[in-house]
Amino acid sequence: MDTTAAAAFSPVRAYLLEARYEFLRLLRTPSFSLPCLLFPPVFYLLFGVLLGGRGGPMAAQYLLAGYAVFGVMGVALFGFGVTVALDREQGLLTLKRAQPMPPGAYLVAKMAMAMLFAAIILLLLGALAAGVAGVRLSPMRWLALATTCLLGVLPFSALGLWLGTCVGGRGAPALINLVYLPMAFLSGLWVPLTLLPPFLQAAAPAWPAYHLAQIAQRAAGVDEGRPVWLHAGVLAAVTALFFVLARRRLAQ
Amino acid sequence: MDMATPIPAPLARLRGVRHRYGTTLALDGLDLALPAGQVLALLGPNGAGKTTAIGLLLGLQRPGAGTAELFGLPPQDLAARRRVGVMLQAAAVPDTLKVHELLELTRSYYPRPRSVADVVALAGLGGLMARRYGRLSGGQQRRVQFALAVCGRPDLLFLDEPTTGLDIDARQTLWEAIRELRAQGCGVLLTTHYLEEAEALADRVVVVNHGRVVADGTVAQVRARVAQRRIRCASALPVARVRGWPGVQDARHDGERLQIVAEAAEPIVRRLLAEDAGLSDLEVQRAGLSDAFLALTRDAAQEEAA
Repeated sequence: MDTTAAAAFSPVRAYLLEARYEFLRLLRTPSFSLPCLLFPPVFYLLFGVLLGGRGGPMAAQYLLAGYAVFGVMGVALFGFGVTVALDREQGLLTLKRAQPMPPGAYLVAKMAMAMLFAAIILLLLGALAAGVAGVRLSPMRWLALATTCLLGVLPFSALGLWLGTCVGGRGAPALINLVYLPMAFLSGLWVPLTLLPPFLQAAAPAWPAYHLAQIAQRAAGVDEGRPVWLHAGVLAAVTALFFVLARRRLAQ
Repeated sequence: MDMATPIPAPLARLRGVRHRYGTTLALDGLDLALPAGQVLALLGPNGAGKTTAIGLLLGLQRPGAGTAELFGLPPQDLAARRRVGVMLQAAAVPDTLKVHELLELTRSYYPRPRSVADVVALAGLGGLMARRYGRLSGGQQRRVQFALAVCGRPDLLFLDEPTTGLDIDARQTLWEAIRELRAQGCGVLLTTHYLEEAEALADRVVVVNHGRVVADGTVAQVRARVAQRRIRCASALPVARVRGWPGVQDARHDGERLQIVAEAAEPIVRRLLAEDAGLSDLEVQRAGLSDAFLALTRDAAQEEAA
């Protein structure tokens, strides 16, 4: 008698609600939502618009791409890393595994949360760029930048997930900052790579953020000119690698 | 196991399960069957294997040897877990979500959830729905956890230490809810450190120690495993003399009163009254579940050491 009801049961609603509440849960955590949402636009306003104004619209475009990637990295790394570390430590992950939560809903929900945060950051940055910094991009370029940012969540989600399986909830923010901030600097998100010493310029392709920044800069019309598929390929490989590593650790 | 008797299939079952963590043997050939409409209390000292047994039945771990089954399926199967509700001992629920949001999310995992009104009544959530989980008292949080366990209309409920941190009123309310669910045919696996809780609720008690079942039966049957009587009285008789009487296992002064533990009460009481005409305030008690529990787990530990 119950089997028909059970067979007809669709888990779509569970996925949607899981994503909605993952987003609300983090939005209501000011220690996460305030820095993640406000740092990229505030830094952009300071360094890209007020101080960088002398560099002209090209500098404003370059830094628009840079801070968009900076924002995407932040929500993905912290949104996955810290919450996974806490959920593991405090037993929420165990409870979810014992409850009949559809498999995959946990990660899909976090992915959706990170993409939604990334979209908000991009909207804020776009408003500043177009409204204050005088950046003019064609609709196609805006669309390309938005797509880059949303898909760019994936490699850093995988990296964050893996980092979150390596440390406890208390250690996670420190570890993630150690990865996040140096990588942002060394990938040329804040200052053009040409201003860095040559050996750091040469090492830049080792950082996943460099590749996402290159794609974002191409969307904004200021890239170095290497083919996009190369950068996209590196990011896809990074996503797969850290996802597999994280799965292995989560299965233990 | 007697296959000839027509016992309905249990809701969940562990058969000959051995499980180790590293070099520690957590379960050593454990058999456990959970029937419908029954509250089974799983008792045992810390580290006896209770949490491991629950983890195996919920599919959180896979047994090293033996089988774990949930509704005839492997516990990892989602269809099996959709008939189960869980309240785990150490499970942090997201602090920043409101009670009605947690309920909405958990109900969405189940094909035929209870109505929100039913859950509110059953778990006593009146007035809490709009509050954030992190701003509730410990007792209120336990009630929310219970609500999340029952909201899917489960056929089998796992309650791991459900009343830890509850005051007496809240505990009574929860016991009532558990009895109501049992009356509806729900099977319940309960672990608890409060033996009076097992005495009040359990249809069957299973005592585990060192990963093995050391006693299995009704509360009365398990209690009867320890044929002890506790005799208290105000008496002038010296303790040392009473201790020497046949049948006396222990005698001591408990403040004003003499306290004697004996296998059978009658011969001791007869002799007490005969030897001390001034004796008063006489009281005889049978061993409680906690005495039985202590004796059973102590015996097993001694066998282990021998």
